[in-house]
Amino acid sequence: MPLLDQVKQTILAGNGLQTQDIERIMATMLSTPVDAADIYFQFSHFESWSLEGGIIKEGSHSIERGAGVRVVSGDKTGFAYSDRLELPILLEAANNVKAIVRQGQQAQTQIQAGRERPQLYQPVNPLKSLADQQKIDLLKRIDSETRKLDSRIEEVMVSLVAAYDHILVASQDGSLLADIRPLVRLNVSVIMVDNGRREQGSMGGGGRSDYTYFLEEDRAFAYAKEAVRQAQINLRAKDAPAGNMTVVLGPGWPGILLHEAIGHGLEGDFNRKGTSAFSGRVGERVASDLCTVVDDGTMRGRRGSLNIDDEGTPTENTVLIENGILKGYMQDKLNARLMGVKPTGNGRRESYAHLPMPRMTNTYMLPGQSDPEEIIRSVKNGLYARNFGGGQVDITSGKFVFSASEAYLIENGRITQPVKGATLIGNGPDVLTKVSMVGNDLQLDSGVGTCGKDGQSVPVGVGQPTLKIDGLTVGGTNV
Amino acid sequence: MQNQAEIIRLKQVVQQLLDEAKHQGASGAEAAFSVDNGLSVSARLGEVETVEYHCDQGIGVTVYFGRQKGSASTNDISPESLIETVKAACSIARYASEDEYAGLPDVERLATEFPDLDLYHPWDLNAEQAIALAIDCETAARTYDKAISNSEGATINSHQGARVFGNSLGFLQGGLSSRHSLSCSVLAGSGDAMQRDYWYSVARNAADLETGRQVGEKAAQRTIARLDARSLSPRQAPVLFAPEMAGGLIGALVGAISGGSLYRKASFLLDALDTRILPDFVRIHEQPLLPGALGSASFDSEGVATQTKDIVTNGMLRSYILSTYSARKLGMQTTGNAGGVHNLTVESGVNDFSAMLKLLNTGLLVTELMGQGVNRVTGDYSRGASGFWVENGVIQYPVEEITIAGNLKNMLLNIVAIGNDVDLRGNIRVGSILLEQMAIAGE
Repeated sequence: MPLLDQVKQTILAGNGLQTQDIERIMATMLSTPVDAADIYFQFSHFESWSLEGGIIKEGSHSIERGAGVRVVSGDKTGFAYSDRLELPILLEAANNVKAIVRQGQQAQTQIQAGRERPQLYQPVNPLKSLADQQKIDLLKRIDSETRKLDSRIEEVMVSLVAAYDHILVASQDGSLLADIRPLVRLNVSVIMVDNGRREQGSMGGGGRSDYTYFLEEDRAFAYAKEAVRQAQINLRAKDAPAGNMTVVLGPGWPGILLHEAIGHGLEGDFNRKGTSAFSGRVGERVASDLCTVVDDGTMRGRRGSLNIDDEGTPTENTVLIENGILKGYMQDKLNARLMGVKPTGNGRRESYAHLPMPRMTNTYMLPGQSDPEEIIRSVKNGLYARNFGGGQVDITSGKFVFSASEAYLIENGRITQPVKGATLIGNGPDVLTKVSMVGNDLQLDSGVGTCGKDGQSVPVGVGQPTLKIDGLTVGGTNV
Repeated sequence: MQNQAEIIRLKQVVQQLLDEAKHQGASGAEAAFSVDNGLSVSARLGEVETVEYHCDQGIGVTVYFGRQKGSASTNDISPESLIETVKAACSIARYASEDEYAGLPDVERLATEFPDLDLYHPWDLNAEQAIALAIDCETAARTYDKAISNSEGATINSHQGARVFGNSLGFLQGGLSSRHSLSCSVLAGSGDAMQRDYWYSVARNAADLETGRQVGEKAAQRTIARLDARSLSPRQAPVLFAPEMAGGLIGALVGAISGGSLYRKASFLLDALDTRILPDFVRIHEQPLLPGALGSASFDSEGVATQTKDIVTNGMLRSYILSTYSARKLGMQTTGNAGGVHNLTVESGVNDFSAMLKLLNTGLLVTELMGQGVNRVTGDYSRGASGFWVENGVIQYPVEEITIAGNLKNMLLNIVAIGNDVDLRGNIRVGSILLEQMAIAGE
């Protein structure tokens, strides 16, 4: 069955609604002249399993459904939603939201199926990809194998989660688009103790796939080994240095630098309003000419990928920075229209109960020419940061932070002593101008990123090759 | 919302869930049903920007088959969905391991008194009125000073809801609550020198909110104060956490003495009960029954009676923060903190904010922190910061793009003073906190 029919079956027929009902709701919203209107239906399954202390401690299961209706006029938005998919309730919601615009002519829309998009992921239900007993066995196997890796391991925690989302978007232009989005994630954390010192390590991954993803290429155990390796490194880490120094960032997840330092600042809403440190700077140099950064929602099976965004716009591979020059912003429909540009497939929302806004998908830097070892060799004294926790940015001042969870000193061109995690702080609009070497080793993260904005969380991806930054403030304790 | 009728309706659904769990063979169960209705309106540049109508509901059920546990939730409360949700929870419980510590609370711990905590003050506010209030607030900020150059707008949120919790030990209780807030965020400066800050007010009763003018003007003052910020060279210096930042510091302490961190041995304060964790002048206590307060509750998220109690006296840790499960794991009794603390209060000293600045003398006043650089296992602390450099008790200039670092264990022991400028907008009530010394890094 085509995807659209499958989703209509689940969301509409499953709740006694028909395509004509969508037309009626839309007609209610369009009874005043508006720039845009949409209805977003969602049906989600979610489950999680967790192991700790050697036992399967908890599991939970959740089903959520609902629809959000939105009317946009100029830069004004009216929005309402309901978890009851019943026509009278949705009509009332539609009536409420159009109060934001003045009275006018009636318009009508005939709903038509949108063009099918190439599928970046299989519309499979990940919750059903393994039997419950197999999920349990997998967690227990990870636990026992992990404990064999190091006698200093005191606790192992494993979590396995899956989401299965059906979405249906009807827009005022009559289009009706659907998507089925699987998402899985597995995480392993360990706590190790040595001579009274206690440290943790943690690693996870996943993507828009099903649970069998973790069985392929032995991924589940690779996460476990990596978590243990990080804890082992942390057990011998010394105090981190404090001050401005040359920093080499490892490939992959350290790409959170791009997400925080420039990504948020290039979201269309902030730039339309002129509140971003990057506002009005398209065409200007914001990075060294070694840097080309894209936001790519079209990557197969990745955590941040989408066939269509939450407004029905196909995702794209959008060039944000090309050879150091700022090329453009990430847009949803509202901000694209107000800025007179095209939407880029970045209109995302946490759920039917939230308004869409411009959000990142998978943000990464293209590879350069340098051998990563040559990059390390070029640094006399500095910091090599291999793994990170989260980050944050003030898009107006441009100041951003991200916290290293695995780092080493570089002394005379060699990686030496591991140092404790420390926060790194910099200024978004100029940090990339200090990139003096870009590795040829582009890596994407393993699929663990969640981005928060205005209280809404969405899954994202990041990536980068090894990067050398000539001067970033490292927030250690060794002043 | 038809107040008592609504509670009765919710109780009926919760009882149905409990009955269904029993019917499906569970030896014990607990269930909750919550509903929330709200209006959120934002205005920007003097005009309405968004009007959002919120209407959420959700049920959750946890079942026990002996010592095996499973949970499920949904926002679909149709009779078929209730049965399916219980079924999903039961299915998970059958795959979960036997956990000798799992189970419902001891019956004698369940709350039996339910005083009116004055938590419900619905705000009769329509969209038009909310728009007008938001515009007033934002206008106060934008017209405060010509340095204000742009705006992210002002937002009014008004929510009211009901929640009922019950378990198979016969507990079935609920209540109504409301929560309203007003916030504003504006910009000053332009280009590379642009700064932004915000202010907000939140209360159970709209009458207790700061006025739109107060919120707008504070947002403007805070933004303007940040203009021409510079970095600092690396140094060791005393640090004063403004009240709105001090809550996070105490929050890290709460995390470290919470049952979940303790039984996992993922805390920098293991085995710290009855030892010194703070200087001897510090007292921290919990006041769950404060009328009208944001964190008030007579029972916790598993029906256990909350307790008015001391957590820290004379700097000594006197109580962990435990749920039934974590308490059993530790061989202790629950402290009525399943779901967290309720109005955790750090006793304040005699110093107001300006007295605290004098005590700081020369050092850093922190008014914003960025990032998640707090390691609960080791206590290692390193976060991005901005604020003001202070000399001889007088603010000299704003600072940004710096980090502050230390270890929480030492940071807590090295608290010099706690101000009486208490921030009442959260579940942790504390004034500004002065630390003897931290490592500061910058350019």
